[in-house]
Amino acid sequence: MSEKKSKPTPPGLAELDLEAAAAAAKGTRGRKRPTERTREEHEKEGYVVITGICGNLGRHLARALHKTEKIIGIDRRPFKGKPKDIEHYRLDLRRKACEKVFRAHPIKAVFHIGIMHDPRAKTREHHEWNITGTTKLLEYCNRYNIPKVVILSSANVYGPSPDNDTYLGEEAPLMAGARFSEIRDLIEMDMVAQSFFWRNPHVDTIILRPVHIVGREIRNAPSNYLRLDPIPTVMGFDPMVQVIHAEDLVRAMICCLQAKTRGVFNIAGPTAAPLSKIIAITGRRTLPVPGPLFDQWMKFAWKTRITNFPPPELDYIRYLCTVDGSRAEKELGFKPQYSLTESVRAIL
Amino acid sequence: MRKTGFFLFGRGICYSAGMNKIPSRAHPEPRGEQTRGAPGDRLARNANHEWRERLRNLTSPRLNEFGIDPFGLEPAFLKEALAVTSPVYRKYFRVQTYGIENIPAAGRCMLIANHSGQIPLDGAMIAMALMLDSPQPRIVRAMVEKWVPTIPFVGPFFVRCGQVTGTPENCRRLLEWDECILVFPEGVRGISKLYSQRYQLQEFGYGFMRLALETKAPIIPVGVVGAEEQAPALYNAKGMAKLLGMPALPITPTFPLVPVLGLLPYPTKYHIHFGEPLLFDGDPEDDDDVIGEKVDLVKSAISGLLHKGLKQRKHIFW
Repeated sequence: MSEKKSKPTPPGLAELDLEAAAAAAKGTRGRKRPTERTREEHEKEGYVVITGICGNLGRHLARALHKTEKIIGIDRRPFKGKPKDIEHYRLDLRRKACEKVFRAHPIKAVFHIGIMHDPRAKTREHHEWNITGTTKLLEYCNRYNIPKVVILSSANVYGPSPDNDTYLGEEAPLMAGARFSEIRDLIEMDMVAQSFFWRNPHVDTIILRPVHIVGREIRNAPSNYLRLDPIPTVMGFDPMVQVIHAEDLVRAMICCLQAKTRGVFNIAGPTAAPLSKIIAITGRRTLPVPGPLFDQWMKFAWKTRITNFPPPELDYIRYLCTVDGSRAEKELGFKPQYSLTESVRAIL
Repeated sequence: MRKTGFFLFGRGICYSAGMNKIPSRAHPEPRGEQTRGAPGDRLARNANHEWRERLRNLTSPRLNEFGIDPFGLEPAFLKEALAVTSPVYRKYFRVQTYGIENIPAAGRCMLIANHSGQIPLDGAMIAMALMLDSPQPRIVRAMVEKWVPTIPFVGPFFVRCGQVTGTPENCRRLLEWDECILVFPEGVRGISKLYSQRYQLQEFGYGFMRLALETKAPIIPVGVVGAEEQAPALYNAKGMAKLLGMPALPITPTFPLVPVLGLLPYPTKYHIHFGEPLLFDGDPEDDDDVIGEKVDLVKSAISGLLHKGLKQRKHIFW
């Protein structure tokens, strides 16, 4: 421990160096340069890299995968209760040191979950983390011939709007930024991933756009919203809403690992239902607030930090933003196993 | 469902509109006694006789565990709504239908109708005609203006009754599911036209024809006579409408002169004429000229129905 402290490098990196050294010592002398690893070599003995492994979703995924796959986690947060067989590097994706992970290991797939969704984070940090982090990660994937990259975007990027198709396909324009400027970096991240998808046909890039994720430990806006009591709604509006259980999403990601396909996939939940029915499942009271009043209140409450829901998020409970998940069903073979009722009950 | 029913229509309807749901009808006598005074109750029970049997099997094949189809239609709610709205159809507008047997009992079809009357009651009346008067009741999915989902209460109400925002993708999907679609290709141009332009078909959009060609759906022309006179617009206050975010703001003899009642449409008699199904063949990607010719055929079919209807009609109100 003291050794590590004396070095200027972060602990994760020190660990990595040891690892790489050990691997080099063990390996054959005339080994090929890691950049020259072929796709087959990556696929045969490769690790699965999960960025943002310490988040709730990352932990879910790691737990689901670590019995069958060798896992490397990249996250700057500490991983509490980490299973022994997972290698964890406490790194920031934006830093050069990250590249060493890619150089040192054969990697068969990368799951990019380490995406910041914190509305209270500084705009600049938020933007840099998401865009620079993703760009760097994709750069490494290209450089080291990684066969598969799965990027977790969100169906929220389509944006709620009264003139939306009821079931948005993957080709629908990403319009969320029109009213909700804080979400722009998530859209840009999706775009970065899409352009990577087009530019690098040798990498199986999969972009997942799941609908509202709910789960017992999930602390995102939709889950937190359904935990309110009473649950405020916009008076006179009752849009169709889709949710997906976090474990179902993990299942979808595992499907990506096995599927031989690439592209953008909406991950729709079990079935869409009006918001009122979903609230009825939680068994909580509703508090209908007239729209304009609600808007003003949210602006005030956001500024004064009474609430952590950004005001434009109100549109998600006012207008439609439901997606068509049939492509994922066909090509990834993914079908949610939790029913809507079970998914919603999971947050309680 | 039960809760909203209660909220919207009062207890009586809620009870009787449970329709074929066994639990709510388990003890009809005592509950009937309790709610005898409720104004909606008698109305609902009368109405019940008429269509309870008819609509027993009226449902949608894609309901989820909440009894809601993927586009938000809730047949149980629709039946409840019908309990309230059927008197409007029977008693207020005294709708008379002609050629309703032209509607196929099953399978995809597209109803193309003229749009008029400032308030889109013509759509509601066509939908109710297909449920109450057609030999085989069908649920109509009308393609509504994109403005509608922004109206509180009205938006969700429309959705639960099976109306869908009019985007091509929605229409395509519903046709592929063999639903019955109602389209007003004139859109706002038609409904907001002035009284001086009554029964003059406005410019038709071409989207419906491309979709019909693509999905090979038969087109049934529909001519609605009587809706024009329900709210004769003398002037369309476009500037004010824009300010309020509405597509149009008609000034009628009573609106906005008479504050709330002025909104009420006049009790004209509706005559709905359904034409023979037209089946078109061709490439949906054709030029506008080619599509336009086909659209004109539909348009002339509708204006034929309107002419016939206007000739047959003896009086605006009866």
